[in-house]
Amino acid sequence: MLLSRGREKERKRERERERENNKLRSLQLICCIIMGVQLAEGHQVEMSDVNYTDLEVSYHVRDALKSARLGQSDSYHELIGVLHHTERLAPDEVAMLVTSLKALSGAVSYIDSDHHKMLLSSISGMSLWNYGPDVMDVLVELVVALAAVSGKYLHLCLDMLVRNFVPPLSFLRLLQQPRGLAKKEQVLSRVHTALKEIADLVPLAPLRLEQVVKERMPHRSSKQPWILSVIYVENMLRLDGGAMGDLVGRTMLVEVINRIVELDVEIGWDELLIDDSNKGMFEMELEEGGMSSEAEIGKEKISKDTSNQKTLSGNDVAEHLDLLMVFIFEHLNLCYESGRLDQVFEVLLLSFQSTVLHAYKSKFSQFVMFYACSLDPENCGTRFANMLVDIYKNSTFVLEWRMGAVSYLASYLSRANFVSASYVVTIVESLVDWCLTYCKSQKGETNPKTHRVFYSGIQAIMYILCFRMRSALGVPCNETKLSLLPIRAILKHSLNPLKVCLPSIVHEFLQQAKAARLFSVAEDFPLLGVPESEISGDFGGLERLDMFFPFDPYLLKNSDRFIRPNFIYWSMVRTIYADDDEDEDGDQSEGSIDEDIEDGGRDDDIALDEFDNSLNKMSITPKSNGFGSRLQGHKQMPSRIRPSACPESL
Amino acid sequence: MEGLKIGDANLVVYLHPSKSNNVSDAVATQLSSLLFKFNESLDGVLLAYEPDVLGNLGTILPGIHPYFGVKLKSKLLLFNPKPEMLLEGKVVKISQQAIHMIVLGFSSAVIVEEDIREEFRYKIKRGKGSYVSGSQKKHKIKFGTIVRFLVKSFDEEVLHLSGSLLSTNTGSASWLHTNSEDVSQDNSNTKRRKEDEGRDNIVELSKRAISEEAVPLNTNPQTKKSKKRKGNDS
Repeated sequence: MLLSRGREKERKRERERERENNKLRSLQLICCIIMGVQLAEGHQVEMSDVNYTDLEVSYHVRDALKSARLGQSDSYHELIGVLHHTERLAPDEVAMLVTSLKALSGAVSYIDSDHHKMLLSSISGMSLWNYGPDVMDVLVELVVALAAVSGKYLHLCLDMLVRNFVPPLSFLRLLQQPRGLAKKEQVLSRVHTALKEIADLVPLAPLRLEQVVKERMPHRSSKQPWILSVIYVENMLRLDGGAMGDLVGRTMLVEVINRIVELDVEIGWDELLIDDSNKGMFEMELEEGGMSSEAEIGKEKISKDTSNQKTLSGNDVAEHLDLLMVFIFEHLNLCYESGRLDQVFEVLLLSFQSTVLHAYKSKFSQFVMFYACSLDPENCGTRFANMLVDIYKNSTFVLEWRMGAVSYLASYLSRANFVSASYVVTIVESLVDWCLTYCKSQKGETNPKTHRVFYSGIQAIMYILCFRMRSALGVPCNETKLSLLPIRAILKHSLNPLKVCLPSIVHEFLQQAKAARLFSVAEDFPLLGVPESEISGDFGGLERLDMFFPFDPYLLKNSDRFIRPNFIYWSMVRTIYADDDEDEDGDQSEGSIDEDIEDGGRDDDIALDEFDNSLNKMSITPKSNGFGSRLQGHKQMPSRIRPSACPESL
Repeated sequence: MEGLKIGDANLVVYLHPSKSNNVSDAVATQLSSLLFKFNESLDGVLLAYEPDVLGNLGTILPGIHPYFGVKLKSKLLLFNPKPEMLLEGKVVKISQQAIHMIVLGFSSAVIVEEDIREEFRYKIKRGKGSYVSGSQKKHKIKFGTIVRFLVKSFDEEVLHLSGSLLSTNTGSASWLHTNSEDVSQDNSNTKRRKEDEGRDNIVELSKRAISEEAVPLNTNPQTKKSKKRKGNDS
């Protein structure tokens, strides 16, 4: 035992001696280089004769830099040669590189942008990913020193660090292994620390950094693997969450959202839309069995037609977007935990107004807002809804934006299980008020194009009530409020909203209104059951804003876990007329419903846990399938976007 | 500290018609876009402004974009350090090779080893570096010290200062203030002289601003000419 310890100590000492020798040898080498003496093979120098301090070596480097200005550039070129050693460095070379870089850090004030262009370009071309921790540390030290010594080198240094956000292409395969991830952390932690150090020394550096990060962001059309773009975005979010978040976070978040929108619009609606527009959105969600079989068919089609470039590229984009969504959701969660969500949400709101709201039928980007609202419903959730109401009512905005805003509002209030029924009723009241005022100011007849903002508003009201009427009526004061709403007057107006709005929504709404006895449906609205009229849906225009429900079920597999617990699927909604049917059916059917709920609870409790109690005990149609199998069905992609198979962490 | 000046300027801010419902906010946004950037027209870095809009009438800018010009008179606080001016900065990093400082919280300044007079020697005590005067042991420059230094150059693009401690009226500001009567007297004379010059400059600027045509501050890229472009044109 004692012997083995002694051996270990001996080995340790030997290793230390070796390291010391390496250092001395490198000092000796660098001195030789600087003095213009080539160390010939076999030329021995007594180690004991070589004993230089870092400062002394630094002075030699200064001399080399000075002599380069005077045209004597031999030692200067030797120095540059040392910096170009990148691949598989021997311990000697590593020690030499470390010493050279350290010496350069002490001589940065001697670097001249005119005379030492090659040196500057060599430094800026160095990649931290190619070196071990020792070299990384001194290289970062050099870059920080260079950035702080003169304004001329600030951009170069920031650019060099930002380029290190992503690994070289040859490194990508290694990223799937633990040591690759460890290396990634080694590099990125140093890069971000260096950026912070530069910002501490040069207070206006973050302004420059914003520009550099924007410029260096991998372009969508570039042929680089998309995973690099994801890693880059990860770094941008790290900047937002880091010490410089207050300074650069705003720009980073806006750019990330822009990238998400960019990818979102690349996934065509054609791939998601079901051609039959008569088929209501409720039916689409209800038909679990049908949906899975559609998905199967889609899958078969894809497997048969593997040469189809469009489908493959679509999948690629979806995977890319999915991973970005995971990163941003995780980032928002961290912001919430650190108490920064309020500040971040302000940026998200502005970004939503300026990009997402205007993106033509955006499909996924809006879920960033949805998730942020779910983290803090009282504050963020309310601000989001209020903003949408304000845009809808503000006549200075373009009509399409207002219609888009009310579509977002309707979809958000219907789908977000974290929004209280009382708040939903308040917003509905506000929309009804606006619609009533509009009706009173109009005396014309049905005209989908002229009154499209009005029709989109009333459709939104009906859509929200289809989802939330029963839970709203569960609270007595809401029941009174809803029964007092002048919806009947609006629906009976000569503008004929029931003829223009989507028939599936009108039908569902009237059924529920009848069951809730909001007004006398049978007498006033014989339209019930009548198929789509010629003018229905016309108000949406070419963009079909009439059937735009932005928070329809989320289709990206990896990031779905963030949305699902906060989301109301139509299959979870218990309608009022269903209650009446159940009452009529009697005890036997109730028993079967309970069984369904129990099955569902066992199979998947994620969605129901956080949903309100009234919705918790709902039965789900169609009755042939259990709730668990239905949730499984939701996990299936109801479109041609296939589940992504990205590595969980990169 | 030198390098700061207050000036009155007559300005015309060109605004997009969409901003006509809230002119004062739009003017503030335009002026804010000039903050912490060197502006040749103003001959300095704008640090603060206090605009006063003159009248309710705007002038429509002829052209494709119907921008309208708002005339205003504004008090401006500008920063424009010149060589040989005395500035003060707080030390944020110190090493044998350089002393790094921040001036007025936004401008970085560096004094390299060659620009530190020989009287100061670099010492490391308990792992912390400092420059200590050989003749006056209490005259120390360490992390957090406010240092008075002479400006060598000013990079207008990055607002980066290069300074020097070669002159005897430079060093730790607090030490100079309490212990060096001669230096401070010299300093105050120099300072007074410079301040007088600065005041003259301000008066001159305001006179020029009032007598000459108003300086347009439109940030519309179509009407703005960069420095390089100007050079090429001429």
